[in-house]
Amino acid sequence: MRLGSPQTSIWVQRMPEPTGADDKRIAIEARGIVKAFGQGPSALRALDNVSVSIRENEFFTLLGPSGCGKTTLLRLIAGFEYPTEGAILLHGDDIAGLPPFKRPINTVFQSYALFPHLTVWENVAFGLQMLGKPKQEIEARVAVMLKLVHMEELAQRRTDQISGGQAQRVALARALAPSPKVLLLDEPLSALDYKLRKEMQIELKRMQNETGITFVFVTHDQEEALTMSDRIAVMSKGKVLQVGSPWDIYDKPADRFVADFIGETNFLKASVVSIDNGVARVKLASGTEIAATIAEGFQPRDNVTVVVRPEHARAVQQGGQLSGSVENVVYFGTDTHIHIKLDGGELFTVRQQNSRTQSCGFKVGDRAGIEIAPDAAQVLRD
Amino acid sequence: MAKRHFDIKAQPGFAFLAILTFAVLYLPIATLVVYAFNASDSVSIWGGFSLKWFVEAWNNSAVQDAAWRSLVIAFFAAAIATSAATMAAIATTRTEPYRGLGFKYAFINQPLMVPEIVTAVALLIVFSRLKVWTGYSGLGYLILAHTAFCIPFAYLPIRARLESMDLTLERAAADLYATPWMTFRRVTLPLLRPGIIAGFMLAFVISLDDVVITEFVKSGGQDTLPTYMLGQIRRTVTPEVNAIATAFLALSVVLVTAFFFINRQKT
Ligand SMILES: Nc1ncnc2c1ncn2[C@@H]1O[C@H](COP(=O)(O)OP(=O)(O)O)[C@@H](O)[C@H]1O
Ligand SMILES: [Mg+2]
Repeated sequence: MRLGSPQTSIWVQRMPEPTGADDKRIAIEARGIVKAFGQGPSALRALDNVSVSIRENEFFTLLGPSGCGKTTLLRLIAGFEYPTEGAILLHGDDIAGLPPFKRPINTVFQSYALFPHLTVWENVAFGLQMLGKPKQEIEARVAVMLKLVHMEELAQRRTDQISGGQAQRVALARALAPSPKVLLLDEPLSALDYKLRKEMQIELKRMQNETGITFVFVTHDQEEALTMSDRIAVMSKGKVLQVGSPWDIYDKPADRFVADFIGETNFLKASVVSIDNGVARVKLASGTEIAATIAEGFQPRDNVTVVVRPEHARAVQQGGQLSGSVENVVYFGTDTHIHIKLDGGELFTVRQQNSRTQSCGFKVGDRAGIEIAPDAAQVLRD
Repeated sequence: MAKRHFDIKAQPGFAFLAILTFAVLYLPIATLVVYAFNASDSVSIWGGFSLKWFVEAWNNSAVQDAAWRSLVIAFFAAAIATSAATMAAIATTRTEPYRGLGFKYAFINQPLMVPEIVTAVALLIVFSRLKVWTGYSGLGYLILAHTAFCIPFAYLPIRARLESMDLTLERAAADLYATPWMTFRRVTLPLLRPGIIAGFMLAFVISLDDVVITEFVKSGGQDTLPTYMLGQIRRTVTPEVNAIATAFLALSVVLVTAFFFINRQKT
C-alpha cells in the first residue's frame, strides 16, 4: 500500500495481465460462509454456505433482490461482522479475526457516511492520516483524489453543503485514497437519478480500470450488473446461485431464478423426450417437440422448464417451431415486442429490431409462427 | 369572525386561564426581582429604586464566600459527573442490547428516583463517620455528593445524542484504519460535543441549585449560596436576599438558554 509521487505511481501497480482466466490470482475468497442472526432454530440465516472467489483487479458484482444478503456479505468482508461459520481469505490469509481497521479494504457506504464535522478535504484525508502518512504525501494524494472525482473546487466545503452526487464522489475518493487492496461498494448509485447514475457507472468503470483495485460492487439492478461487471454472483435468499461473466449469466442461466431475474425470458413447461449429447428433444404443452440444450443429470420424462430469450426468437408468417396468435404489439423505438399466445395456451414474447423501411408486419389477432434460433432454447430444472 | 377549525385559543375562558397560570408562575418571581431594587429595608414596602442591595450583597464577604464555594462545587461536580456520564452513555449505547441493560439505566438514574431527603440522610450518616475516621472534612464530600446526583442530568442529553448518531460514521472511521480510540477521538467525541456541553451545563445548574443534600452534608462554614440564603431568611429578611436571588436567577437563565441553543445544534 505504498504511495509514490503523484506524477508517477499513484496507483497500486496493476498486475500483469494473466494468460488464461483461471490462473488469475484470488484477492478475496469466502469459504463456506454462514451468517446467522439470532439463536437456535428461529435464527435467520442471512448467508447460507456462501463460497465465492473474487480475483485480483476484477470488477465483481453481487447481484440479487433486496434482502438476499448482499450487504451482509460485504460487511463480513469489511470486518463489521464476523461469520458464524466459514473463513474469509485475503490473498490466501484468513482475515476472519482481523478488525476492520487492520484490513486493507475500504468501503463506499450505501448512505455515504461522510463525516459531517469535517470538510471534503478532511474526509478524503482521513484514512491517510490514520495510516500515519507524512503530511506532504497526504496533501499530494488528496489533491489527486479530489481531481479524480472532480471535486477540487469544493475541497473546503462542509459535507452537508454538497449535493448527493457530489457526496457520492467524495465517498469514493475517501475510500480510494488509501489505495486499498479491495474496494467494497454497497449500492453506491441507487440514490442517484437516472442520468447521474449512467454517468457514474462509466466513471466507476474508468476508475477501476485506472486504479487496478479489485472492486466488489453490490446492486439489485441487473442491467447495471451486466454493463459494469467482469463477473457477477447472483444471490437469492442467502445463497449464491451462479457466478460467471455477464454473458454466462445471461446466456446460460444456471436455474430458473437466475433466468427470471436477469433480463426477460420466456418460460415454457415441457417434458424431456430424449437426450443426445447435451441436446434434448422436449415436448411442449401444445404437443410440439423442439430441440434444447440440456445440462447433465436429466432423465427422459423429467418435467422441466424451457427458457428462450425474446431476442433469440423471431415471429414469422410461415413455419417456425411454435405457432400461435398475436395478442399485442408494443413498439419500443429500437425494437418491437410481439406477444404471442401459443396454441398450448402459454404467452411468448418475441423481440425484434425495427428496420427503417418496414414495420414488423404483424397486428393483433394475426396467426404467427415462432422461429427459435439454434441453441437458444435451454432446459432448466422445474 | 367565525373559525371553521377547532382552535383552543378561541375557547371561552382560555385567555383567563392562561393569564392566571402565568400570574401564578411569574408574579412571585417578578415581585422578588422588583423588591431587589427597593431602596428601603423592607421586602414588602416600596421605598424607591436603588441598587444598594446588590452593592451590599456584592460587598458582603459571607456572600462572596458562599458564591465562590457554590461555583467551585458546581464546576467540579459537573465536570466529574459529565465525564462519568459520557462513559456510561457510551457503555450503554454502543453495545448489543442484553438482559440487565434496563436495570443499568435505572441504576444510573437512581438519584432521580430516590427522594432527595433519603439520600441526604444516608450521606449524612456515612460522611459523618468518614469525617471522624479520616480527619478530613473539606469540600470533597460536597463535591462527591453533588457529583452523584448530577450524573443522571448529564447522562440524559449525552445518551440522547449518542442514540441519534449514525453508527455508520463510526464504522466508516474503523474502515479507514482508525483504531477504536482514534474513532472515539476523531469521530464520536466531536459529534458528541454538543451533548457533552449540554450535559455539563445542566449538571452545573442542578448543583448550584441544591439545598437539601448540601444542608445535610456540609461541615461548619461550608455554606453554598442557597444554604446561606436559607440561613439568612431564618433571621431578619432584607432585600439583600432578593438581590442575591435575582443575580442567581439571571445566571440560571443564561445557562439554561445556552443549554437550549447548544442542544438544538446539529453537529
Ligand atoms: N444485524 C442484523 N440483525 C438481524 N437481521 C439482519 C441483520 N442484518 C441483516 N439482517 C437480515 O439479513 C437479511 C439480509 O440482509 P442484507 O444483507 O442487508 O440484504 P441486502 O443487502 O441483499 O438487501 C435480511 O433478511 C435482513 O433482515
Ligand atoms: Mg443492502
